Amino acid sequence: MAIHKQTLDEVLDLASAHFKVPREKLTPDEDFFKTLGIDSLQALDLLTRLENHFRIELPDYELQGVSDFRTLADRIQARL
Amino acid sequence: MKSFDGQSLSWDLKDGVVELALHRQPCNEIGSLSLDELEKFVHDLDDFQDKAHALIVYSELKAGFCAGADLRELYRRCQDLERQEAAQSVRDYLERIHRVLNTIDASPLTTIAAVHGVTFGGGFELALVCDLIVADKMARFCFPELRLGLIPGFGGIPRLKRDLGNAVVRDLLLTGRSFNATRLQQVGLVSQVVGEGESLRVARATAAQLGKFDRRTVIAAKKFIKPIPYEELQREIDLFCELFSQPAVEAGLRKFVESEDALPYLP
Repeated sequence: MAIHKQTLDEVLDLASAHFKVPREKLTPDEDFFKTLGIDSLQALDLLTRLENHFRIELPDYELQGVSDFRTLADRIQARL
Repeated sequence: MKSFDGQSLSWDLKDGVVELALHRQPCNEIGSLSLDELEKFVHDLDDFQDKAHALIVYSELKAGFCAGADLRELYRRCQDLERQEAAQSVRDYLERIHRVLNTIDASPLTTIAAVHGVTFGGGFELALVCDLIVADKMARFCFPELRLGLIPGFGGIPRLKRDLGNAVVRDLLLTGRSFNATRLQQVGLVSQVVGEGESLRVARATAAQLGKFDRRTVIAAKKFIKPIPYEELQREIDLFCELFSQPAVEAGLRKFVESEDALPYLP
């Protein structure tokens, strides 16, 4: 399923705003754990914010091995 | 005792509402210190019956309500003991926590869990013994025990079965995935979903409303509405202890303890 650019942009905007990292520093294919400097607890926090924002449920096991925004947006898109 | 300020939790009575505040870093993990203080709390809970109409349980920590049992302490304790002693130690620990949670579950006070953030395992079980759960929209609930080769051991299964349809119980337990507050409100477990940081304020407003009702009627109604599944709770302890002796559990706990991640059992 093609990733809609809007979904990816919204994910990046939300991550930037919540973790207070400049938007231009976030790229779709980088490891967001490293870029944001977050641990699994903060990743869970991000997951909840994304679920609330997109009004979806995203089981945490769907994120197994996901560490870049593009793949994360892909998972979200599949639930819209 | 009207108030107490402990190392892992504190309580106080204000305007007919007992407030139990959890504050053991990093996320209110329930180990021996917390258990000692919880036992003290439920002992004192009797004294509040004539002075209070509600109990609110909440966390002062940013990370969340409670991340469950202190698995690191549990692992270390088991490593220090012979196999049979370790098994008995685990059973004793479970019996004690069950006595605490059963007391809160059966309290004549109307009980409210005001939750936010991580509400996992034993933390979820603590919320489940309360009559109402008020959750802020960032609360996240999970029973990850299967990921460690275990089942919930603090009474979670019988209480989930009491409160929810079996399909949701199976989803929660057999997938071990975390649910957000909105989802749990949709299935009827969470009473109110509120804005981030608002769960305690809303719990207090709810508790104030509860103070308007005749106490004898409320106590009688609660006893009628809310059965305590004592036999099933005991069976859960027995099953947990049986599973705990399996090698997979030791391996799961070791992996957990050796990890530096905050929630090593989640992706």
